[in-house]
Amino acid sequence: MGPIYLDNNATTQCDPRVIDAMMPYFTEQFGNPSSMHSFGNKVGLAVKKARAQVQTLIGAEHDSEVIFTSCGTESDSTAILSALRAQPERKEIITSTVEHPAVLSLAEHLEKEGYTVHRIGVDGQGRIDLDAYRAKLSPNVAIASFMWANNETGTIFPVERMAEMAHEAGVMFHTDAVQAVGKLPIDLRNTRIDMLSLSGHKLHAPKGIGVLYLKRSTRFRPLLRGGHQERGRRAGTENVPAIVGLGVAAELALEHMAFENTTVKRMRDQLQDGILAQVPNAFATGDVDNRLPNTANIAFEYIEGEAILLLLNKEGIAASSGSACTSGSLEPSHVMRAMGIPYTAAHGTVRFSLSRHTRDCEIERVIQAVPPIVARLRKLSPYWAGDRPLAEPEKAFAPSYA
Amino acid sequence: MWDYSEKVKEHFYNPRNAGPLDGANGIGDVGSISCGDALRLMLKVDPDSERITDAHFQTFGCGSAIASSSALTEIIKGMTLDEALAVSNQDIADYLDGLPPEKMHCSVMGREALQAAVANYRGETWTDEHEEGALVCKCFAIDAVLIEDTIRANNLGTVEDVTNYTKAGGGCAACHEGIEEILGRVLAERGERFDPTAKATPAPAMGNLARIRKIEQTIEQMRPTLQRDGGDIDLIDVDGNRILVSLKGACSGCQMEAVTLGGVQQKLIEALGEFVKVVPVGAHAHAHGSACATEA
Ligand SMILES: Cc1ncc(COP(=O)(O)O)c(C=O)c1O
Ligand code: FES
Repeated sequence: MGPIYLDNNATTQCDPRVIDAMMPYFTEQFGNPSSMHSFGNKVGLAVKKARAQVQTLIGAEHDSEVIFTSCGTESDSTAILSALRAQPERKEIITSTVEHPAVLSLAEHLEKEGYTVHRIGVDGQGRIDLDAYRAKLSPNVAIASFMWANNETGTIFPVERMAEMAHEAGVMFHTDAVQAVGKLPIDLRNTRIDMLSLSGHKLHAPKGIGVLYLKRSTRFRPLLRGGHQERGRRAGTENVPAIVGLGVAAELALEHMAFENTTVKRMRDQLQDGILAQVPNAFATGDVDNRLPNTANIAFEYIEGEAILLLLNKEGIAASSGSACTSGSLEPSHVMRAMGIPYTAAHGTVRFSLSRHTRDCEIERVIQAVPPIVARLRKLSPYWAGDRPLAEPEKAFAPSYA
Repeated sequence: MWDYSEKVKEHFYNPRNAGPLDGANGIGDVGSISCGDALRLMLKVDPDSERITDAHFQTFGCGSAIASSSALTEIIKGMTLDEALAVSNQDIADYLDGLPPEKMHCSVMGREALQAAVANYRGETWTDEHEEGALVCKCFAIDAVLIEDTIRANNLGTVEDVTNYTKAGGGCAACHEGIEEILGRVLAERGERFDPTAKATPAPAMGNLARIRKIEQTIEQMRPTLQRDGGDIDLIDVDGNRILVSLKGACSGCQMEAVTLGGVQQKLIEALGEFVKVVPVGAHAHAHGSACATEA
């Protein structure tokens, strides 16, 4: 029995076809795409092809709207900082409380530099408060940045509608679509989205390659200045092998889009239903009717996520958790807190994220493995007695201090 | 994944003394549900001898919290209450062959549960002044609260000061931005501005001679342990905050050497109250780098 990888929102395995396509660009096709000679020429054509493949996946109108970057984080930073530099009179940013740190840490830093950050909250299912969002849109806002899909719960934000709202208010709109691209159909030419970030390693391409989509005529200031690569919008010699790999991965993602939204989704539902049918005091978090097809985030009350992961790992099952201990911080996941999930459940959240490589037999094995692990940890828990939580658990066990 | 020792894993997979304890007469509930770590320690104490005849735990927490709880119960069983109270969080960590810096607070929690349980047995109320902040310096497991308190108490103004007083920032230096931020905040309270070019206030004064004696003493204290393992250590020279030593015998092998030097450095930092770096000198010193690299 091989190990089971259900942590595809963290990163995915490179598709073998992606690797095959990349290999020549480490060996004989080593030229610099900017060079005039034949060494460079072929490589330049390969980059062009990859750009077109990405363009198709995200439905961009022009291939020049695709800018290759080094990762999703760079795309996020480039987008937000560009909007601020291009519109220096605008000193406000709107985002949500549940963004990835790639956006939230930057926003926090910008706040220290004097910008005003509006963080729009979510409800118990992780759905964005559109009224609060509308209320913050104003000519003072340089950019509204909202993730397309949440990396922890898979919850989908209505970014197309939110981009329309921003557009009406004359505000630029960016979406961190790192988790959405490759899992949801995207057709940017018919949206008002000005900028979009994606990352190769979430869709079976290698790590360290990303894209910033920049709608034509959106005012832009580069993060990295230097050579004329990417039309001067992202200087630095291209990571050609990774770009070629991302192109192939984009094509494969499009081919598997239906599979992802039928077969993978069915396996995800079976996994969630199978676990919840057997484990008491557990529930799925996020907007379960409107989320990524591959993601199930389950809160197991009265136990802690890292302990669950260690025991799962011992059974050869890889997942991830929103507990404080897994990240070495003092608080559980900000996404769980934003949804108002109580601490006794937030620390026990486990994210299972599937991919097109996931198999039915693996799902069955996980459904069998989880209940005894949860039961075993609950036996150690001061909130638990026998086969159920203590009556009024939070009163029965109320430890002292901070 | 955390770099847990085999001992931590073993205690996590097979926790000793887990679950409720009938007839417990000392119970300590400590921890913080917001941080995701909480522990109930239950003791059975023989009233005549004040000896702990049994100890159990229930823990809501991560792998190292469960392992620390398990270790604690094993350590204190059979001890008198006074002996048990002398157990430090470092003893718990040592029992488990060490904990990652992010996880040292698990051992602190164990120790506090012990104090709370003993207080409960004695009919006292236990209050805790412990306040935990976000981990700032990973190299030395120093949190924001400790740094902030130390800056306030000693009127510190530079990162170097903070390193001299708390060790935070004395290793890889990655945490200097975080330390500067805390300095900025605390200095603002005093109506001052953080000045990155300011000179550090002189380290807690220790004369040169006293300092060298202290270094010698500390190394002498560690020698018997090293000699027991077939090794030895000699002080060669002291150059500012670099302490040059030569290692011999079993200590000079790659893996052992790193561990030994780390331990000596830690002890010296504690003894001197300042950050120092222990540097090995001698024939073998240059060769071990590549060996380590292949091993890792
Ligand atoms: C929503 C989201 N944004 C941004 C990132 C960062 O992407 P990268 O790792 O390519 O920088 C991630 C990946 O963890 C993500 O899930
Ligand atoms: S993290 Fe503080 S010195 Fe390395």
